[in-house]
Amino acid sequence: MSMPFYVSPEQVMKDRADYARKGIARGRSLIALECAPGVLIVADNPSRTLSKISEIYDRIAFAAVGKYNEFQMLRVAGVRHADLKGFSYSREDVSAKELANAYAQTLGQVFTHEMKPYEVELLVAEVGGPDDDHAEMYHVLYDGVVMDEQDYSVLGGQAEQITEALKEEYSTGMSLGDALKLGAKLLGSDDGPLTADQLEVALLDRARPRRAFRRIKNDELASLLA
Amino acid sequence: MPDPSALPLFSPTVDPGPSFADLLRHVAPHQLPGAGVDGEPVNLDIPHGTTVVAIRFANGVIMAGDRRATAGYMIASRRIEKVFPADDFSGVSIAGAAGPAIEMVKLFQVQLEHYEKVQGEVLSLEGKANQLGQLVRANLPAAMQGLAVVPLFAGYDTARERGRVFSYDVTGGRYEELDFQAQGSGSIHARNWIKAGWSEGMSADDAIGLAIASLFAAADEDVATGGPDLVRRIFPTIAVIDADGYRALVDEDVEARSQNLLQGAERGGRES
Repeated sequence: MSMPFYVSPEQVMKDRADYARKGIARGRSLIALECAPGVLIVADNPSRTLSKISEIYDRIAFAAVGKYNEFQMLRVAGVRHADLKGFSYSREDVSAKELANAYAQTLGQVFTHEMKPYEVELLVAEVGGPDDDHAEMYHVLYDGVVMDEQDYSVLGGQAEQITEALKEEYSTGMSLGDALKLGAKLLGSDDGPLTADQLEVALLDRARPRRAFRRIKNDELASLLA
Repeated sequence: MPDPSALPLFSPTVDPGPSFADLLRHVAPHQLPGAGVDGEPVNLDIPHGTTVVAIRFANGVIMAGDRRATAGYMIASRRIEKVFPADDFSGVSIAGAAGPAIEMVKLFQVQLEHYEKVQGEVLSLEGKANQLGQLVRANLPAAMQGLAVVPLFAGYDTARERGRVFSYDVTGGRYEELDFQAQGSGSIHARNWIKAGWSEGMSADDAIGLAIASLFAAADEDVATGGPDLVRRIFPTIAVIDADGYRALVDEDVEARSQNLLQGAERGGRES
C-alpha cells in the first residue's frame, strides 16, 4: 500500500494560486474608470455575443476576466442574489458591497476546499443616483480577496502595466469620451489603441433614473472613439 | 432554508434557468404569492380592486384603472393604483384581491427583468403574456379560497409594431383580445361603453378620452368603482404604451381630461 506524498499547505495554496493566475493571465484585460457621467467599463473583447460586462441590478454592474463558463455562472448567481434580495426586502437594500462579499465568500470557499480554483477575477461596480456622485468599485480575486478601489480598477493579465500607466494619465471628472479613449489606448499595444470592433463597453450612467446600466456600441462607440 | 447572504448556486440538473418564479420556488417558496393559503375559504372582507380597462389605438395601447378598493361595503382605499409598468414596453393592471394582486405584479416585474438580465435579451410580448398566465394559474389554490386575481396585460409588440391586449381567467387561461378589454366589478359597463365608442385607428387622445369615459360609466353603475373625485382631486390612473415605451400620465393631465369630460355633453342621459 502506497502512502501519498506529504505536501505542505503552503505549497498547496501556492500551486493553486499559480494555477489560477496563469489561467487569468492568458485572457484579455478590462478597465473600469470613474468618469463624469458614472463608471465606464472597457473590455478587450472581440466577441459581439459573449459578454464580459453585464447588468446585475438597478445601479450595479458586473465585469470579469478569466474562464468564461466560470464567470458566467458567477454572474447569473449574482443576478439571482440581487433579485432575491430586492424582492424580499426592497430595491434600495441591494448593494454592491454585499454582493462583492458574497462573491468573495464563494471564491474563497472554492479556493481552499476544491481541487481546482476558479480562474476568474471579478469587478462589482455601483453608482449613486442623479444627484449623488458616489461610486464604488470592488475588485474580487480568484482566492476571495476583495479590494475596494477608487478612481479606476484593472483586471486581467496586463493589470500591473495598465495600472502604472493609469497613475500617470487618469484625472478625476474625465468626460465619457476621454475616459473611453484612455481605456482603448491602454488596452491596446504599441501598434495603437483598440478599435471599436475589439472593444466591449458599458456605462453605469448615474443620470438614468432606475436602471443605470447601458451598453455603448455601434455608432455611439465609434463616434466617441473618433 | 439556504443562507440568504450566500450566492444561490445550483447544479445543472436543478438550475432554475432564467425564471425568477422558479428560483423563488427553490429557495424561498413561502414568498410566492398565494403561498400557505389552504383550509377554509377566506370570508374576510379584504380589499378588492375593481375596474380596469385596456384599449388598443392606432400606434399602441392605453391602460386605465379607477382608484377605488372596496372591502365588503367599506371603501378600503380611494387612491389605490391598479395600473403598473411590467417593463419598458408593457403594462399590467389588476382586479380582484388587492394584496395578492400587487404581490403578483411585483413578482411579474422581477420575472421579466430577471429573464432579461440572465438571458441578455428581452422576452417577446407573447412570452411575457404567457409568463403572466403561469403566475395566475399558480395562484389558483388561493383563488379557490376567495383570493382571486385577474389581471389585464397589454403592451407594444416591437416585432409586429402594434399594441396588443391580453386577458386572463382565474385558471390562468390567456385570451388575446382584438381591440379592448375590461376587468373587475364594473367591467361590463366599461366594456359596453368602449364598445360603443371604439373605432379602428383611433388616436391616443381619443382612446384616453374613451378610457376615462368608460370608467366614469362604470362608476355610475357599479358601487365598487370610483368615479373622478373632484373634492380630493383623485383621478384614474392612465398609461400609454407605444413605440416610445410605457409612460404614465401625470395627475394634472388626467384631471384636465376629466374636466373636459365633465363639462362636455352628458351622453349618459339625465336619469336612467
